[in-house]
Amino acid sequence: MDGFLHQVASGIATGGIYASVALALVMIYQATHHLNFAQGEMAMFSTYIALTLMHAGLPYWVAFVATLVISFAMGAVLQRVLLQPLANAPVLAMVGVFIGLLLIFNNTAGWLFTYTLKTFPSPFGEGGPVLFGLFSPHELGSTCVTLAVLLSVWAFFRFTRLGLAMRAAAFNPVSSQLVGIPVARMLVLGWGLAAAIGAIAGMMVAPIVFLEPNMMAGVLLYAFAAALLGGINNPLGAVIGGFMVGVIENIGGAYIVGTSLKLSMALIIIVAVLILKPAGLFGKTLASRV
Amino acid sequence: MHPATSRILLIILVAALGVVPIFAASGYTLFQLTLVVSYALSVLGMNMVTGYNGQISLGHGAFYAIGAYTTAIMMDHWDLPYWSTIPVAAVLCAITGFLIGLPALRFSGLYLALTTLALAAAVPQLLKYNAFTDWTGGVQGISVFKPEAPFGLPLNADQWLYLFSFAVALVLFILARNLAVGRIGRAMKAIRDQPLAAEAMGINLAKIKTRTFAVSAVFTGVGGSLAALAVGFVAPDSFNVLLSITLFVGMVVGGAASISGAVFGALFIQFVPNVADQISKAAPGAVYGVILIVFMFVAPAGIAGLVRRFLPTAKAPARSG
Repeated sequence: MDGFLHQVASGIATGGIYASVALALVMIYQATHHLNFAQGEMAMFSTYIALTLMHAGLPYWVAFVATLVISFAMGAVLQRVLLQPLANAPVLAMVGVFIGLLLIFNNTAGWLFTYTLKTFPSPFGEGGPVLFGLFSPHELGSTCVTLAVLLSVWAFFRFTRLGLAMRAAAFNPVSSQLVGIPVARMLVLGWGLAAAIGAIAGMMVAPIVFLEPNMMAGVLLYAFAAALLGGINNPLGAVIGGFMVGVIENIGGAYIVGTSLKLSMALIIIVAVLILKPAGLFGKTLASRV
Repeated sequence: MHPATSRILLIILVAALGVVPIFAASGYTLFQLTLVVSYALSVLGMNMVTGYNGQISLGHGAFYAIGAYTTAIMMDHWDLPYWSTIPVAAVLCAITGFLIGLPALRFSGLYLALTTLALAAAVPQLLKYNAFTDWTGGVQGISVFKPEAPFGLPLNADQWLYLFSFAVALVLFILARNLAVGRIGRAMKAIRDQPLAAEAMGINLAKIKTRTFAVSAVFTGVGGSLAALAVGFVAPDSFNVLLSITLFVGMVVGGAASISGAVFGALFIQFVPNVADQISKAAPGAVYGVILIVFMFVAPAGIAGLVRRFLPTAKAPARSG
């Protein structure tokens, strides 16, 4: 029983990481109806920036905040320079651009920072297990950070004028433009925010899996799965989906199929859910207009 | 240009593509061209389901793997002749494609893209799985010997393999072209553009979509079979997510919903990485990514789209796009 609870706990901890990447994906999806395949690689790159800043002597939280600012700028610039001109391009061309970005980030990181594994410090200390001995300090800390991010994103969209404007711009760009919302600027902002959220996820996952250019490849896949499971148009659903995928993956890997097939098993479960509920567990089914 | 003239030119061009490399290229170059043929078939398969039918698949590497492993297992375990493995691979892929097409009916757009991406991600794990090791050779993979030219033809193994692959691909390309311009092809495009209208016109969406998936799996799977023969080796890690993404890139760069686009795309995914490697040894992937993005800016409808724009005679009779 104790072992089982441990598996659930570490599932929740990794699930938190999936949840934050899924949240970043869903945010961009809501604003643009594109899935950013380069999201994970952007997060990985941000994590390297954080590590570089720390090696330059900045304390953890200063580097953390600086990384968020840099990542925000990076996401915003990418949107403005690369994606805005392609706003009317076919979907397939957009996916092509995302794949190009993925390759560029991955390879540039390998070139600038080498492919060797690097340790990334955790701000929550080493220490023994806490909270009934179920979580390591980092697991607990990173789960709290994920929840805090989720809460602030929710509050931002729910209670601020800017959040409302962003929702409006995504929901109905033409009408929003007419009532004076700068829709193009909202998209830039959305990309910046998503990049910053991704950066947090990267900095939280790096102490667990070690930092290397392919660190996020697996995470991104699980995040996609989480976003699908929860419903791609529902941020809260994506987060719940993230935690569920983390727990399913851990329990299945430990008790049912063994670690060699845990990825396949998690994916089978998700496909099964989607067959029964194609819009995801919490997603809205959109009726198409005739 | 008169239609008959352009048809004759096309036939001459195709014949030249089949014959010239055998004598003009050798060794490694010929091997690369054989791979281009297999990629072209696989990209064409992807094009069927994604370009023509609008079901975005990022998991066609799975069918490629099924084709390649079918060939390898049949030749390694049962000593069957290499040519007999191609129809078996085609049938197996058709069945798998059809079965995957069934749940795919429930997903639309990006949901399907991500589910198929997940399929692609699971392939290496499944190939390495212990229970299948007797068949798949596990992490070690399987070696495939290179077939010799039959009937005492004065060709070496490389030359014969190119000719064989080219012939197989040619037959399938002609079939694909006929499918695309005919009634079924129009139904496929109608489903992509206006599913509701298509259904109202009496097109059976489920039937066409699942069968398109099956046909597309056949093309990609046969491409995988040919690639296994050319490379002479199959191993789980060569069928990773990157392969599926590469095929997708080939389709987008070549031009979606275009038969000739598959050839352009195959040339791109085979040779542009080499070019990128020559430009920068340090970060070839980044150079490749930049080239890819530039392509998307210059030619959002792919190389075939560019060709159509600059060579009006090359325009297909029924507008595809």
